[in-house]
Amino acid sequence: MSVANRPVHRPLSPHLQVYRPQLTSVLSILHRATGIALSVGALYLATWVIYAAADAKAYALFQSFNMSIVGRIVLGGWLFCAFYHLANGIRHLFWDAGYGFELKDAYRSGWIVVAVSLIATVVSWIVGLGLV
Amino acid sequence: MSDLRTPLARARGLGSARDGLKHWWAQRLTAIALIPLIVWFAISLVMLSGADYAVARAWIGSPLVMVLLILTIVVGLHHGQLGLQVVIEDYIHGDGWKLALIVAVRFVAVIFGLAAVVSILRIGFGG
Ligand code: HEM
Ligand code: HEM
Repeated sequence: MSVANRPVHRPLSPHLQVYRPQLTSVLSILHRATGIALSVGALYLATWVIYAAADAKAYALFQSFNMSIVGRIVLGGWLFCAFYHLANGIRHLFWDAGYGFELKDAYRSGWIVVAVSLIATVVSWIVGLGLV
Repeated sequence: MSDLRTPLARARGLGSARDGLKHWWAQRLTAIALIPLIVWFAISLVMLSGADYAVARAWIGSPLVMVLLILTIVVGLHHGQLGLQVVIEDYIHGDGWKLALIVAVRFVAVIFGLAAVVSILRIGFGG
Protein backbone atom coordinates (compact mmCIF):
# COMPACT_ATOMS: atom_id res chain seq x y z
CA MET A 1 0.00 0.00 0.00
CA SER A 2 1.41 3.37 -0.94
CA VAL A 3 1.86 6.00 1.69
CA ALA A 4 -0.85 8.16 0.19
CA ASN A 5 -3.46 5.40 0.50
CA ARG A 6 -2.69 4.36 4.02
CA PRO A 7 -5.87 4.70 6.09
CA VAL A 8 -5.83 7.45 8.67
CA HIS A 9 -7.72 6.88 11.88
CA ARG A 10 -9.75 10.01 12.25
CA PRO A 11 -12.27 10.51 15.04
CA LEU A 12 -15.77 9.87 13.70
CA SER A 13 -18.70 12.23 13.86
CA PRO A 14 -21.58 11.12 16.05
CA HIS A 15 -23.87 8.69 14.23
CA LEU A 16 -27.04 10.71 14.26
CA GLN A 17 -29.35 7.67 14.05
CA VAL A 18 -28.18 6.36 17.42
CA TYR A 19 -27.20 9.64 19.03
CA ARG A 20 -29.24 10.94 21.93
CA PRO A 21 -29.52 14.74 21.71
CA GLN A 22 -28.04 16.52 24.69
CA LEU A 23 -28.14 20.17 25.69
CA THR A 24 -24.55 20.65 24.55
CA SER A 25 -25.02 19.12 21.08
CA VAL A 26 -28.33 20.92 20.48
CA LEU A 27 -26.79 24.29 21.39
CA SER A 28 -23.83 23.55 19.14
CA ILE A 29 -25.94 22.87 16.04
CA LEU A 30 -28.16 25.87 16.89
CA HIS A 31 -25.07 28.09 16.76
CA ARG A 32 -24.45 26.95 13.22
CA ALA A 33 -28.12 27.27 12.21
CA THR A 34 -28.45 30.78 13.65
CA GLY A 35 -25.12 31.77 12.04
CA ILE A 36 -26.49 30.76 8.65
CA ALA A 37 -29.79 32.55 9.34
CA LEU A 38 -27.94 35.71 10.42
CA SER A 39 -25.92 35.65 7.20
CA VAL A 40 -29.15 35.79 5.23
CA GLY A 41 -30.30 38.44 7.72
CA ALA A 42 -27.23 40.57 6.93
CA LEU A 43 -28.26 40.54 3.25
CA TYR A 44 -31.76 41.53 4.34
CA LEU A 45 -30.32 44.42 6.38
CA ALA A 46 -28.33 45.54 3.32
CA THR A 47 -31.52 45.31 1.22
CA TRP A 48 -33.32 47.50 3.73
CA VAL A 49 -30.87 50.43 3.38
CA ILE A 50 -30.79 49.94 -0.41
CA TYR A 51 -34.58 50.37 -0.47
CA ALA A 52 -34.36 53.36 1.87
CA ALA A 53 -31.98 55.00 -0.62
CA ALA A 54 -34.52 54.40 -3.42
CA ASP A 55 -37.81 56.27 -3.63
CA ALA A 56 -40.62 56.36 -1.07
CA LYS A 57 -42.82 54.03 -3.10
CA ALA A 58 -40.24 51.24 -3.25
CA TYR A 59 -39.55 51.65 0.46
CA ALA A 60 -43.25 51.48 1.29
CA LEU A 61 -43.48 48.16 -0.58
CA PHE A 62 -40.54 46.77 1.35
CA GLN A 63 -41.99 48.04 4.61
CA SER A 64 -45.39 46.55 3.86
CA PHE A 65 -43.67 43.17 3.68
CA ASN A 66 -41.96 43.83 7.03
CA MET A 67 -45.30 44.74 8.59
CA SER A 68 -47.10 41.65 7.29
CA ILE A 69 -47.45 38.51 9.42
CA VAL A 70 -44.65 36.81 7.50
CA GLY A 71 -42.45 39.89 7.85
CA ARG A 72 -43.08 40.05 11.61
CA ILE A 73 -42.09 36.38 11.91
CA VAL A 74 -38.92 37.00 9.86
CA LEU A 75 -37.87 40.02 11.94
CA GLY A 76 -38.88 38.39 15.24
CA GLY A 77 -36.95 35.29 14.21
CA TRP A 78 -33.95 37.46 13.38
CA LEU A 79 -34.03 38.87 16.92
CA PHE A 80 -34.01 35.39 18.44
CA CYS A 81 -31.15 34.26 16.15
CA ALA A 82 -29.16 37.40 17.00
CA PHE A 83 -29.58 37.07 20.78
CA TYR A 84 -28.88 33.33 20.75
CA HIS A 85 -25.83 33.53 18.48
CA LEU A 86 -24.53 36.51 20.46
CA ALA A 87 -24.87 34.79 23.84
CA ASN A 88 -23.53 31.45 22.63
CA GLY A 89 -20.81 33.24 20.64
CA ILE A 90 -19.56 34.81 23.87
CA ARG A 91 -19.59 31.28 25.36
CA HIS A 92 -17.45 30.17 22.40
CA LEU A 93 -15.00 33.03 22.97
CA PHE A 94 -14.57 31.98 26.61
CA TRP A 95 -13.77 28.45 25.43
CA ASP A 96 -11.28 29.85 22.93
CA ALA A 97 -9.60 31.69 25.81
CA GLY A 98 -9.41 28.37 27.68
CA TYR A 99 -12.22 28.76 30.23
CA GLY A 100 -15.29 26.66 30.99
CA PHE A 101 -14.34 23.27 29.56
CA GLU A 102 -15.48 21.20 32.56
CA LEU A 103 -18.68 19.33 31.73
CA LYS A 104 -20.44 20.96 34.67
CA ASP A 105 -19.41 24.43 33.43
CA ALA A 106 -20.44 23.65 29.84
CA TYR A 107 -23.93 22.77 31.07
CA ARG A 108 -24.18 25.79 33.34
CA SER A 109 -23.08 28.25 30.66
CA GLY A 110 -25.38 26.45 28.21
CA TRP A 111 -28.43 27.01 30.40
CA ILE A 112 -27.40 30.65 30.92
CA VAL A 113 -27.32 31.08 27.13
CA VAL A 114 -30.80 29.54 26.83
CA ALA A 115 -32.20 31.79 29.56
CA VAL A 116 -30.57 35.01 28.34
CA SER A 117 -31.54 34.56 24.70
CA LEU A 118 -35.15 33.62 25.50
CA ILE A 119 -35.63 36.54 27.91
CA ALA A 120 -34.04 39.04 25.51
CA THR A 121 -36.18 37.71 22.66
CA VAL A 122 -39.46 37.94 24.59
CA VAL A 123 -38.67 41.46 25.87
CA SER A 124 -37.75 42.66 22.37
CA TRP A 125 -40.92 41.16 20.88
CA ILE A 126 -43.13 42.82 23.50
CA VAL A 127 -41.47 46.22 23.09
CA GLY A 128 -41.37 45.95 19.28
CA LEU A 129 -45.01 44.93 18.90
CA GLY A 130 -46.04 47.59 21.40
CA LEU A 131 -44.47 50.28 19.23
CA VAL A 132 -46.19 49.31 15.98
CA MET B 1 -1.79 11.06 15.80
CA SER B 2 -0.69 14.66 15.76
CA ASP B 3 -1.90 15.41 12.22
CA LEU B 4 -5.29 14.12 11.18
CA ARG B 5 -4.89 14.76 7.46
CA THR B 6 -3.83 12.08 5.00
CA PRO B 7 -0.31 12.37 3.59
CA LEU B 8 -1.91 13.23 0.25
CA ALA B 9 -3.97 16.04 1.73
CA ARG B 10 -0.88 17.37 3.45
CA ALA B 11 1.06 17.31 0.19
CA ARG B 12 -1.70 19.06 -1.75
CA GLY B 13 -1.93 21.75 0.87
CA LEU B 14 -5.72 21.95 0.94
CA GLY B 15 -7.28 22.54 4.30
CA SER B 16 -6.48 24.42 7.41
CA ALA B 17 -2.69 24.42 7.08
CA ARG B 18 -2.91 26.95 4.28
CA ASP B 19 -4.49 29.94 5.97
CA GLY B 20 -6.46 28.43 8.79
CA LEU B 21 -4.96 30.48 11.59
CA LYS B 22 -5.58 33.80 9.89
CA HIS B 23 -9.14 32.73 9.16
CA TRP B 24 -9.66 31.62 12.77
CA TRP B 25 -8.40 34.96 14.10
CA ALA B 26 -10.50 36.99 11.71
CA GLN B 27 -13.58 35.02 12.77
CA ARG B 28 -12.85 35.80 16.44
CA LEU B 29 -11.94 39.47 15.94
CA THR B 30 -15.08 40.13 13.90
CA ALA B 31 -17.11 38.27 16.55
CA ILE B 32 -15.76 40.55 19.29
CA ALA B 33 -16.41 43.66 17.20
CA LEU B 34 -19.96 42.44 16.57
CA ILE B 35 -20.88 42.09 20.26
CA PRO B 36 -21.63 45.82 20.81
CA LEU B 37 -22.75 46.33 17.19
CA ILE B 38 -25.40 43.60 17.29
CA VAL B 39 -26.73 44.76 20.66
CA TRP B 40 -26.98 48.32 19.33
CA PHE B 41 -28.63 47.22 16.10
CA ALA B 42 -31.13 44.87 17.76
CA ILE B 43 -32.29 47.67 20.08
CA SER B 44 -32.51 50.09 17.14
CA LEU B 45 -34.48 47.59 15.06
CA VAL B 46 -37.05 47.22 17.84
CA MET B 47 -37.27 50.98 18.38
CA LEU B 48 -37.71 51.56 14.66
CA SER B 49 -40.48 49.03 14.14
CA GLY B 50 -43.15 50.61 11.99
CA ALA B 51 -40.91 53.51 10.92
CA ASP B 52 -41.93 55.08 7.61
CA TYR B 53 -39.67 56.29 4.80
CA ALA B 54 -38.93 59.72 6.30
CA VAL B 55 -38.22 58.40 9.80
CA ALA B 56 -36.03 55.58 8.49
CA ARG B 57 -33.99 57.94 6.28
CA ALA B 58 -33.54 60.50 9.05
CA TRP B 59 -32.25 57.72 11.29
CA ILE B 60 -29.95 56.10 8.72
CA GLY B 61 -28.56 59.47 7.64
CA SER B 62 -27.50 60.80 11.03
CA PRO B 63 -23.68 60.78 11.32
CA LEU B 64 -23.23 58.36 14.23
CA VAL B 65 -25.79 55.93 12.86
CA MET B 66 -24.15 56.02 9.43
CA VAL B 67 -20.82 54.95 10.92
CA LEU B 68 -22.30 52.25 13.18
CA LEU B 69 -24.58 50.90 10.45
CA ILE B 70 -21.75 50.64 7.92
CA LEU B 71 -19.63 48.85 10.53
CA THR B 72 -22.46 46.47 11.42
CA ILE B 73 -23.16 45.55 7.79
CA VAL B 74 -19.53 45.25 6.64
CA VAL B 75 -18.23 43.43 9.73
CA GLY B 76 -21.37 41.25 9.87
CA LEU B 77 -21.08 40.25 6.21
CA HIS B 78 -17.37 39.53 6.63
CA HIS B 79 -17.90 37.41 9.75
CA GLY B 80 -20.82 35.60 8.08
CA GLN B 81 -18.77 34.94 4.97
CA LEU B 82 -15.90 33.50 7.04
CA GLY B 83 -18.39 31.35 8.97
CA LEU B 84 -20.19 30.09 5.87
CA GLN B 85 -16.82 29.09 4.42
CA VAL B 86 -16.33 26.75 7.40
CA VAL B 87 -19.82 25.32 6.96
CA ILE B 88 -19.19 24.74 3.24
CA GLU B 89 -15.83 23.11 3.97
CA ASP B 90 -17.55 20.76 6.41
CA TYR B 91 -20.38 19.59 4.17
CA ILE B 92 -19.30 19.92 0.53
CA HIS B 93 -16.71 17.38 -0.46
CA GLY B 94 -15.83 17.97 -4.12
CA ASP B 95 -13.00 20.51 -4.38
CA GLY B 96 -14.60 22.18 -7.42
CA TRP B 97 -18.01 22.68 -5.83
CA LYS B 98 -16.42 23.71 -2.58
CA LEU B 99 -14.37 26.45 -4.22
CA ALA B 100 -17.25 27.61 -6.42
CA LEU B 101 -19.58 27.97 -3.43
CA ILE B 102 -17.02 29.80 -1.30
CA VAL B 103 -16.34 32.21 -4.15
CA ALA B 104 -20.08 32.72 -4.73
CA VAL B 105 -20.66 33.51 -1.05
CA ARG B 106 -17.83 36.04 -1.18
CA PHE B 107 -19.19 37.73 -4.30
CA VAL B 108 -22.66 38.05 -2.81
CA ALA B 109 -21.20 39.50 0.40
CA VAL B 110 -19.09 42.05 -1.49
CA ILE B 111 -21.90 43.12 -3.82
CA PHE B 112 -24.49 43.57 -1.05
CA GLY B 113 -21.92 45.22 1.21
CA LEU B 114 -20.86 47.75 -1.42
CA ALA B 115 -24.46 48.49 -2.43
CA ALA B 116 -25.40 49.01 1.21
CA VAL B 117 -22.47 51.35 1.92
CA VAL B 118 -23.21 53.42 -1.19
CA SER B 119 -26.88 53.61 -0.19
CA ILE B 120 -26.11 54.72 3.36
CA LEU B 121 -23.68 57.42 2.16
CA ARG B 122 -26.19 58.57 -0.41
CA ILE B 123 -28.90 58.95 2.24
CA GLY B 124 -26.50 60.74 4.60
CA PHE B 125 -25.00 63.10 2.06
CA GLY B 126 -28.25 63.63 0.17
CA GLY B 127 -27.27 62.49 -3.34
C1 HEM C 1 -34.51 40.22 1.17
C2 HEM C 1 -34.73 40.71 0.10
C3 HEM C 1 -35.95 41.39 -0.50
C4 HEM C 1 -37.23 41.51 -0.04
C5 HEM C 1 -37.82 40.97 1.25
C6 HEM C 1 -37.95 42.27 -1.02
C7 HEM C 1 -39.30 42.59 -0.90
C8 HEM C 1 -39.99 43.25 -1.86
C9 HEM C 1 -41.40 43.48 -1.80
C10 HEM C 1 -42.35 43.05 -0.70
C11 HEM C 1 -41.72 44.16 -2.93
C12 HEM C 1 -43.12 44.59 -3.33
C13 HEM C 1 -43.66 43.54 -4.26
C14 HEM C 1 -44.97 43.94 -4.83
O1 HEM C 1 -44.97 44.60 -5.89
O2 HEM C 1 -45.99 43.63 -4.23
C15 HEM C 1 -40.54 44.37 -3.71
C16 HEM C 1 -40.48 45.02 -4.91
C17 HEM C 1 -39.31 45.17 -5.67
N1 HEM C 1 -38.08 44.63 -5.39
FE1 HEM C 1 -37.58 43.65 -3.73
N2 HEM C 1 -37.11 42.57 -2.05
C18 HEM C 1 -35.87 42.04 -1.77
C19 HEM C 1 -34.73 42.13 -2.51
C20 HEM C 1 -34.65 42.80 -3.71
C21 HEM C 1 -33.44 42.96 -4.45
C22 HEM C 1 -32.08 42.40 -4.02
C23 HEM C 1 -33.75 43.71 -5.56
C24 HEM C 1 -32.90 44.19 -6.71
C25 HEM C 1 -31.66 44.07 -6.83
C26 HEM C 1 -35.17 44.00 -5.51
C27 HEM C 1 -35.87 44.72 -6.47
C28 HEM C 1 -37.19 45.02 -6.38
C29 HEM C 1 -37.90 45.86 -7.34
C30 HEM C 1 -37.28 46.50 -8.56
C31 HEM C 1 -39.23 45.94 -6.89
C32 HEM C 1 -40.36 46.71 -7.53
C33 HEM C 1 -40.36 48.08 -6.88
C34 HEM C 1 -41.51 48.93 -7.35
O3 HEM C 1 -42.50 48.37 -7.84
O4 HEM C 1 -41.38 50.14 -7.18
N3 HEM C 1 -35.67 43.45 -4.38
N4 HEM C 1 -39.50 43.80 -3.02
C1 HEM D 1 -24.29 39.71 11.57
C2 HEM D 1 -24.13 38.90 12.56
C3 HEM D 1 -23.53 37.51 12.50
C4 HEM D 1 -23.50 36.60 11.47
C5 HEM D 1 -24.04 36.77 10.06
C6 HEM D 1 -22.83 35.42 11.97
C7 HEM D 1 -22.59 34.28 11.24
C8 HEM D 1 -21.84 33.21 11.66
C9 HEM D 1 -21.63 31.98 10.94
C10 HEM D 1 -22.23 31.63 9.57
C11 HEM D 1 -20.80 31.19 11.67
C12 HEM D 1 -20.30 29.79 11.31
C13 HEM D 1 -21.05 28.76 12.10
C14 HEM D 1 -20.34 27.44 12.14
O1 HEM D 1 -19.21 27.30 11.71
O2 HEM D 1 -20.96 26.49 12.67
C15 HEM D 1 -20.46 31.92 12.85
C16 HEM D 1 -19.60 31.45 13.84
C17 HEM D 1 -19.27 32.16 14.97
N1 HEM D 1 -19.88 33.34 15.42
FE1 HEM D 1 -21.12 34.46 14.36
N2 HEM D 1 -22.43 35.64 13.27
C18 HEM D 1 -22.85 36.91 13.63
C19 HEM D 1 -22.67 37.53 14.86
C20 HEM D 1 -21.86 37.05 15.88
C21 HEM D 1 -21.69 37.70 17.14
C22 HEM D 1 -22.35 39.01 17.60
C23 HEM D 1 -20.83 36.94 17.85
C24 HEM D 1 -20.40 37.33 19.25
C25 HEM D 1 -19.82 36.79 20.09
C26 HEM D 1 -20.47 35.79 17.04
C27 HEM D 1 -19.60 34.76 17.40
C28 HEM D 1 -19.27 33.68 16.63
C29 HEM D 1 -18.25 32.70 16.95
C30 HEM D 1 -17.35 32.70 18.18
C31 HEM D 1 -18.23 31.75 15.92
C32 HEM D 1 -17.32 30.53 15.78
C33 HEM D 1 -18.00 29.34 16.35
C34 HEM D 1 -17.21 28.08 16.14
O3 HEM D 1 -15.99 28.05 16.40
O4 HEM D 1 -17.82 27.07 15.73
N3 HEM D 1 -21.13 35.88 15.84
N4 HEM D 1 -21.11 33.14 12.85
